[in-house]
Amino acid sequence: MRFKIFFSRFVPYLLLIVVTLPIIIGYVWILISTFSTRTYGLLPVDKAGRPGGWTLSNWSFLSKPEIWMVTSNTFILASGLTIGVVVVSMMAGYALSRIKFPGRKAFLSLTLILHAFPTVTLLIAIYFVLRWISVIPVLGRGLPIIGGFGYNTLGGVILVSLALQLPLGIWLMKGFFDNVSWDMERAALIDGCSRFRTWREVMVPQIRPGIAALSIFSFIQGWGSFIIPYSYMVNANRATIATYLNNLLSETAPTNYSMVAAVGLFQLLPVLVFYIFTQKYLLSIFAGGVKGAA
Amino acid sequence: MTEKTTGGGGKYDWFWFLLPALILVVIFFFLPIIITFFISGTNMSTATGFQNWKWIGLKNYQRISSHPETLEHLWLTVKYVAFTLVFFNLGMSLVIALLTTHISRGVGFLFRAVWLLPRITPVVVYVMMWRFIAADAPYGILNQIIIKPLGLKTANWLPMAPFLFIVLVNGFIGASFGMILFSSAIESIPKDLMMASLVDGSSYLQRIRYLIIPHLRWPLLFVTTFQTLSLMTSFEQILVLTDGAYNTEVWALWAYHKALSTYSGNLQWGFGTALAAILVTIGIVMAVIYMRYFKFEELVQEPKIETQ
Repeated sequence: MRFKIFFSRFVPYLLLIVVTLPIIIGYVWILISTFSTRTYGLLPVDKAGRPGGWTLSNWSFLSKPEIWMVTSNTFILASGLTIGVVVVSMMAGYALSRIKFPGRKAFLSLTLILHAFPTVTLLIAIYFVLRWISVIPVLGRGLPIIGGFGYNTLGGVILVSLALQLPLGIWLMKGFFDNVSWDMERAALIDGCSRFRTWREVMVPQIRPGIAALSIFSFIQGWGSFIIPYSYMVNANRATIATYLNNLLSETAPTNYSMVAAVGLFQLLPVLVFYIFTQKYLLSIFAGGVKGAA
Repeated sequence: MTEKTTGGGGKYDWFWFLLPALILVVIFFFLPIIITFFISGTNMSTATGFQNWKWIGLKNYQRISSHPETLEHLWLTVKYVAFTLVFFNLGMSLVIALLTTHISRGVGFLFRAVWLLPRITPVVVYVMMWRFIAADAPYGILNQIIIKPLGLKTANWLPMAPFLFIVLVNGFIGASFGMILFSSAIESIPKDLMMASLVDGSSYLQRIRYLIIPHLRWPLLFVTTFQTLSLMTSFEQILVLTDGAYNTEVWALWAYHKALSTYSGNLQWGFGTALAAILVTIGIVMAVIYMRYFKFEELVQEPKIETQ
């Protein structure tokens, strides 16, 4: 009997720890490695292989102008994506949740189908779309900061990421609008408030948790996104932190991984901070079904 | 009809609210789907450019069916999807869901939070961790912690066991999807039912077999179909991990390389889009099937406000 209690008490923990170990080890390694000359496994060592060798020199990449360029690009990408997804999804989600119009059902089922559709299969064709957008004057490649919306511009990368994220965003926002009471909206409309003003001043403030969840999720997605900037920016290693890091990774031997690990931690930190403080919000999205990375 | 009966709204408001989404969906979903099928019927490549290509009908598809590498990529893709799905997206996620709902709530939640980390971590950083785990002695973690103490021969394990690593790398991300769905389904089983089964003398394993698994039938089916599609089409992690080296070029990555990889001299857009068109077709068919399973009618309530 005592054995049975022991069994049911501790075995689950033990099993969990064992299967979770590879993940934990990965993050522990990145922390240790970042602050040491090099590592043998998880053990920090100096150049001769003796234990020790703690150093801050891996962070010297912070003084390179490159890293700040890719960081600002990544930040623009993540913020642009977030603002775009949230605004467009809130508009479409509102219409789908609250207005009766011909084709509403069709549009709703389309959103669902697109949500289930594996968007990554369209990457090749989107390359051609971006090439065409490039030809459009000004809009193609003549805008400040984001460069335009065509091929090899930051704006193009933002636009593609935004579009591919829309089905999830619209579906999520529709769900949040569905749960808002009808009374206030009806009152506003009867008082002669326009649809747009009702949306902006009465409805949007009521779904703040939904907006927070979608914003955080989109920002994290944009901040870590790799395949879209990698595919559509010509000089990929100067595009975003992810592509810059990928380039470093492919040309660095394990001997010098500590330096690469520091760049990785640099990219990882904001994500971890968001994650630790906003898990509750994020779970609502993951529970709604995220695809992509298998 | 033109008179407003309840004030503020205009007749075509819905159109303006939907317009931005509509434009984006047309440009980045509809148009690419059409382009995929269209270009797959041409011989377009960097050699022909955008001007001198010719319509060649189904030739690209014939080329796929007779290509010496086709079976290789297909078999690898099937193997990769099957192993990742069975051992991680279903197997591991079920194990974690069962274990974390069995122990105390707080600790269970903590473990689930850790399992979500790989999904939320930027993909290049995540793959970097795995590359270091696999790296050669004396650096790599696997060599230092397991291989060496056991006195076995050390190696760089990525080229030694590439298939294992693409399954592991994707599996540790994929497991969290099922984990979330399964654990919330298990937590929704009435507590008295769970207690009753143990009081009645069934063991934990029996409870899993006869109470929990039947309860999970629906989420299991959903995860299986949804994740099969995801695994079949996603290639980002493999691209970063091996870029298709050591025989790890799955179908989706093959298409991507043929059409967009800057390393090969001539980009074969026609052939590449034909490879992708097969995945797009599967994607559309399966997406439509899911929509039917989603119990769609229940989700679509009619709005209560009418402004016309």
